[in-house]
Amino acid sequence: MIQAAGAEPTEVRTRTDLESVEALIIPGGESTTIGRLADLYDLIEPLRSRIESGLPALGTCAGMIFLASAVTEGTQPLLGVLDMVVERNAFGRQNESFECRLDVQGWDSPLQAVFIRAPLVDEISPDIEVLARHNGRPVLVGKEHILACAFHPELTDDLRLHKMLINLIQEQ
Amino acid sequence: MNQGANKVATGTTRVKRGLAEMLKGGVIMDVVNAEQALIAQEAGAVAVMALERVPADIRAHGGVARMADPAKVEEIIEAVSIPVMAKARIGHFVEAQVLQGLGVDYIDESEVLTPVDNNHHIDKWAFTTPFVCGARDLGEALRRIAEGAAMIRTKGEPGTGNVVEAVTHMRKMNNQIAKTICAGEDQIMALARDWAAPIDLLREIAAKGHLPVVNFAAGGIATPADAALMMQLGCDGIFVGSGIFKSGDPATRARAIVEATTFYENPQILAKVSRNLGEAMVGIEIDEIPAGQRMQERGW
Repeated sequence: MIQAAGAEPTEVRTRTDLESVEALIIPGGESTTIGRLADLYDLIEPLRSRIESGLPALGTCAGMIFLASAVTEGTQPLLGVLDMVVERNAFGRQNESFECRLDVQGWDSPLQAVFIRAPLVDEISPDIEVLARHNGRPVLVGKEHILACAFHPELTDDLRLHKMLINLIQEQ
Repeated sequence: MNQGANKVATGTTRVKRGLAEMLKGGVIMDVVNAEQALIAQEAGAVAVMALERVPADIRAHGGVARMADPAKVEEIIEAVSIPVMAKARIGHFVEAQVLQGLGVDYIDESEVLTPVDNNHHIDKWAFTTPFVCGARDLGEALRRIAEGAAMIRTKGEPGTGNVVEAVTHMRKMNNQIAKTICAGEDQIMALARDWAAPIDLLREIAAKGHLPVVNFAAGGIATPADAALMMQLGCDGIFVGSGIFKSGDPATRARAIVEATTFYENPQILAKVSRNLGEAMVGIEIDEIPAGQRMQERGW
């Protein structure tokens, strides 16, 4: 999928892996698991400092939570590079997971968005741009070289978000 | 705003298979109560499987094994924020209806419990909640997918702490997938006949090069090295049943198996996490299990 969008993918599990990349996707998964392993293998600080110094990043679902500054319930390791508060599992459990068409600001046709036990943005700093909303709540946001969405672009064939990320590398 | 923008669809194939996609690279742990569920979550499990007794105890106690008490399932759902799966008996669509009503995130139609139907598995398309099913080979996996399963796991031999059957099943599936990819259209029908596999799904594998759903390893994984072995054999993630809570130090072993599953290609990390884990669960030789008591032979 990343190849189809015009870039070469590699997996990042360690600090050495992180040094080699020009952009980062933090994908869906369980944010508690991602946070715990990133903390255990000393990835939190290197991730934060690379993103803050301009590494283009896209966080999807759990990745969106990981980029945020706080969650509404509990505590877990977060990067805090996007000043917003995120509610985990905001739509409910798997039976409430869904897909729908979503209008994105500046796009000429809607995107098919798949929300799986998805989070929602609860509070957001005015310097973060909201690019799409579902029922009035932000589900795709961006700030400079950082993008975050509550849904899973990795589950459809639509490459537009991946291409946005790749364009950010070229802008850097 | 686009008119169709707010039309939402729940329980679609993409939504069902998608949750399993999000669990890839992770460990799903069997738990029997909230306390164990919290230990699993704290250790980094991507989901927990709620059941009344772990497979080793089911094997030891004998008798009919059924769906867990709904009060226990609710207790576990309340305790953790990660997805909660629960087991229903093979063919017991009413247990599955109950579990869907309780709001579990995935239903495991499982050979670990006593089957109620010798001919039919559950029609899984009829549910909003996604299903995972066990398989010993590609034909069995594709029969379950054709019935609506959104995730597959190797059956292995549950409750033994012996990974040999999981390895056998994963290797067989890999070989059959490779064979399918190499086969031309002129050979596909013969494979479908030999494996009792739905031909459309075989064609899909031939075109895409992989199973249409996520495939985890299960049945006998007891150590971090077992988990890494299954990952190197090409599975997408790990189910650990009795291996954690029947061991001497469950919290430490749970963390070690999570790390081994993430860093399955890194022998240094595998050595580090495998140290001083205390007693592993006592294993069983597959040949010592009396005929008719192998769980993997339940279902078809």
